[in-house]
This record gives sequence, C-alpha cells and structure tokens, in this order.
Amino acid sequence: MTHDMNIKLKVWRQENTQAPGRFEEHQVVANPDMSFLEMFDVLNEQLIEAGKDPIAFDHDCREGICGMCSMVINGRPHGPKRGITTCQLHMRSFKDGDTITVEPWRANAFPVIKDLSVNRNAFDRIIASGGFVSVNAGNAVDANAILIPKEIADEAFEAATCIGCGACVSACKNASAMLFVGAKVTQLSMLPQGQPERESRVVAMVNQMDAEGFGACTNTGACAAECPKQIPLSVIANLNKEYYKAKLNGK
Amino acid sequence: MKLLSFLFSSTIGRKLVMALTGVLLIAFLLVHCGINACIYFMDGGATFNAAAEFMSYTWYIRAMEIGLFIGLILHIVQGLYLTATNNTKRAQKYAVNGSNANSTWYSRSMGLLGTIILLFLVVHLKHFWVESRFAHSINEENTLFNVMTVVFQDPMVVVIYVLGCLSLAYHLLHGFQSAFQTLGINHKSYTPIIQSIGTCFSIAIPLIFASMPVTMYLGLIH
Repeated sequence: MTHDMNIKLKVWRQENTQAPGRFEEHQVVANPDMSFLEMFDVLNEQLIEAGKDPIAFDHDCREGICGMCSMVINGRPHGPKRGITTCQLHMRSFKDGDTITVEPWRANAFPVIKDLSVNRNAFDRIIASGGFVSVNAGNAVDANAILIPKEIADEAFEAATCIGCGACVSACKNASAMLFVGAKVTQLSMLPQGQPERESRVVAMVNQMDAEGFGACTNTGACAAECPKQIPLSVIANLNKEYYKAKLNGK
Repeated sequence: MKLLSFLFSSTIGRKLVMALTGVLLIAFLLVHCGINACIYFMDGGATFNAAAEFMSYTWYIRAMEIGLFIGLILHIVQGLYLTATNNTKRAQKYAVNGSNANSTWYSRSMGLLGTIILLFLVVHLKHFWVESRFAHSINEENTLFNVMTVVFQDPMVVVIYVLGCLSLAYHLLHGFQSAFQTLGINHKSYTPIIQSIGTCFSIAIPLIFASMPVTMYLGLIH
C-alpha cells in the first residue's frame, strides 16, 4: 500500500528561445511508484483540463536509452540519483511535501526551445563533423573477419554507451562537451573500422565543439559523476591524447 | 608556427599550455621548498644563505629563472583567459546549483584560487625577489635569512603568507592530478597513484612553506 505524495513543483517556463523565462509553481499529487516523467504527465493533464498551456519537456523511450529526457532537478541533471535518466527516476526518491525545482539544461550551446525542452543540434553537428566511419558498400563482412581483442571491445563499448543526452554539458560549470566528444572519439579510435579517419576526426570534432560555444574542460569531474551511462573521465584524457597525436602529425 | 597555433586557439590546446606550465611550476615549488627548508638546520641560516647564493649567481639558474617566469606568465594569461571565457558559456545560470554533489568546490574555483595566489605572489616577490634582484638590498651583510626574520616580524605578513599557502594547497589539490588528465595520462592502473602523490604533495609543500613565517614569527628559528 503506497500513499500519495503532495509535491510542490517550481518549473521553468519559457515561451520560446528569445523570450525571458520564469518559474511557475504547481501542486501535484503523485504516486511514489510513478516515474518523474509520469508525474509531469499528471501535471500536464491538470493544466490541459484547466485550459492552460502544458509544460513542454523532451521524452521518448522512457526506458533510459534514448537520451531525450533532459531535466535539471534540484540542480542535478536527471535528478539526485547516479547512473539514471529522468525517466528512470521515481517519485519514491522524494518525500511527501517536498518542493522540487525543475530547470532545462542550461548552456549557450543548448538554446531553450520551450519550457524544459532544449535544442541539442550542436551535438548532431559535432557528430556530422567527424563522428562516423567510412565503410565500403558490398556484401556483409563475416563477423570474424576483423578480430578485436576483448579488452579493446569492452573499452570501446563502454564509451559507445553514451546516449548523447547532454547531461555532461548541463552539469559542467563551463558547459563543456568534452565527455560527449571524448566518448565518441574513444569509441571510434579504438576500433579497426575507425582508423582511416582517426586523426582528421578528432581535430574536426574538437574544432566543431569549440565553434558551437561549449566551454573548455577544467577536469572537475562533474560530467562523469552525472552521466546516466557512467562514461568515465578517462575518455577525456584519451580525447586529449588523440588530439595531441593528430596535431603532432600536422593535422 | 601553424603547427603550434592550436596552443592558443583550441580549448584543448590552451589546456595543454596550462598543464605543461603547471607541471613546470610544481617542479619549481619542490626546489623552492627544499631550499627554504634549509632554515630548519638551525645554523643561523648559514646553509640556507649558501643555497640562496648558489641560486642567484649561477648563469644556468638565471636562465631557468627566465624560463620559469615565461611559464608563470603563460599559466596566468591562459588561466585568466580560460576562466573568463568559460564563465560566458552559460548566460542563464541555474536557480538551484547542485554542483557540490558532483564535484569539489576547489576544482570549480581554480580561477579564484589562482588569482589569490597571484595577489600573494605580488607581495611575496616584492619582499624578497625584487629586493635581491633589483634593489640589491640583500647582500653579504644583510643576508636573505636576516631579511626573512625581519619580514616575518609583522603578524599581518604572516597571515598573508599562511592564506597564500592555503590557496596554493587547494589549487594543487585539483591542479596536480588535473595536469596529468589534461596531458592524456589517465589509466586505472596508475591514476590512483598519481592522485595519491598529488594529494600528499598538495598538503606537504604548502604546509612546509606556511610553517616558515609562523616559526620565524614565534622566534623558533635561530
């Protein structure tokens, strides 16, 4: 038997990218077993019934793999728990009578579209600048044609679990995208398929990252601590190393 | 030159300058601390004065001094630039800041700690470096050891030096291991060792430095 919780929400409302935002207060009765997003669904139903504008927020898979949900809850991206996305956060992590402040990812490179929804196209442009491998078309290659040592496959896979949600940027005091770029560069530079573009890739992606207006890394470790996929800080060291190597080779 | 332009244009290049000059300054601190600790021989500063003289009359030490100053200035300029630009990357600040849950306050305050150290350095260089290099008021009669004992009679000076050392300790606590991370040196097998050495260094060196004005003020050094 679970008891309903009375939650006071302070939610960021912003009409569009240019409009100045403000906080709006709402009262919601939530079930402890609801996910945080389901609690927002309940709130939005209330708002629609009252003839008001529902709160815009991003969500898609609701099982922690798409990277869309992007709320900063009481100052923490994806809320107070480690290693999860907002859709995996449940109301039982809060107490009856709590006041919860919900804000969008805040970074110049991630402009607010509306309310809690932000534009993360900057990440797409970084990927387009070099986050790919060139593969010749033709028959499917035999699975064992390219042998990859288990440790390398594991390490590349660990980096590849990045879902591109942008929590790293939102947590970083400099709004730096180094954990994201580090994860992508690490994943691709470790695997044989990523070798042809290895050096040009890292330089292009770092240039694009800088051009998008993300800050420089100061190794505070906030990104890795808040990453829902727990991408380690070592991918940033690896990104640095790959970048220096490329620069030493005149790229 | 085009090859090196990234050191002043890309964020990673600028951080590389911070890390390399940081390691240089760490090496300098070790030498500086070692020489200054000679006051603890309790021989009226004889060993300390001899070491100080060696550091001032050897041409290659003077050449290294110039290198040190170039490194220091690069560290300051890049640091201030990075801090200033990083601060512009989030125009709309968070209403609730939860950063204490994901990072240490001193790792987020490197610009502030560095600025305090810079202000301390102005006072510190005026006390000793300017006096010996330019004013030539420090000589065989009026030795560096004597100047130290006089300077550290003022309790305000002692407080400033202790605060300077405290800022240095926190700056190093993040900076030491951060330099290796920026240099791309991070592996689960040896990073814990680097971090442990960094923590010991960050506590021991500033503590030894801070003990000098305090013990001199209390008249424990003779």
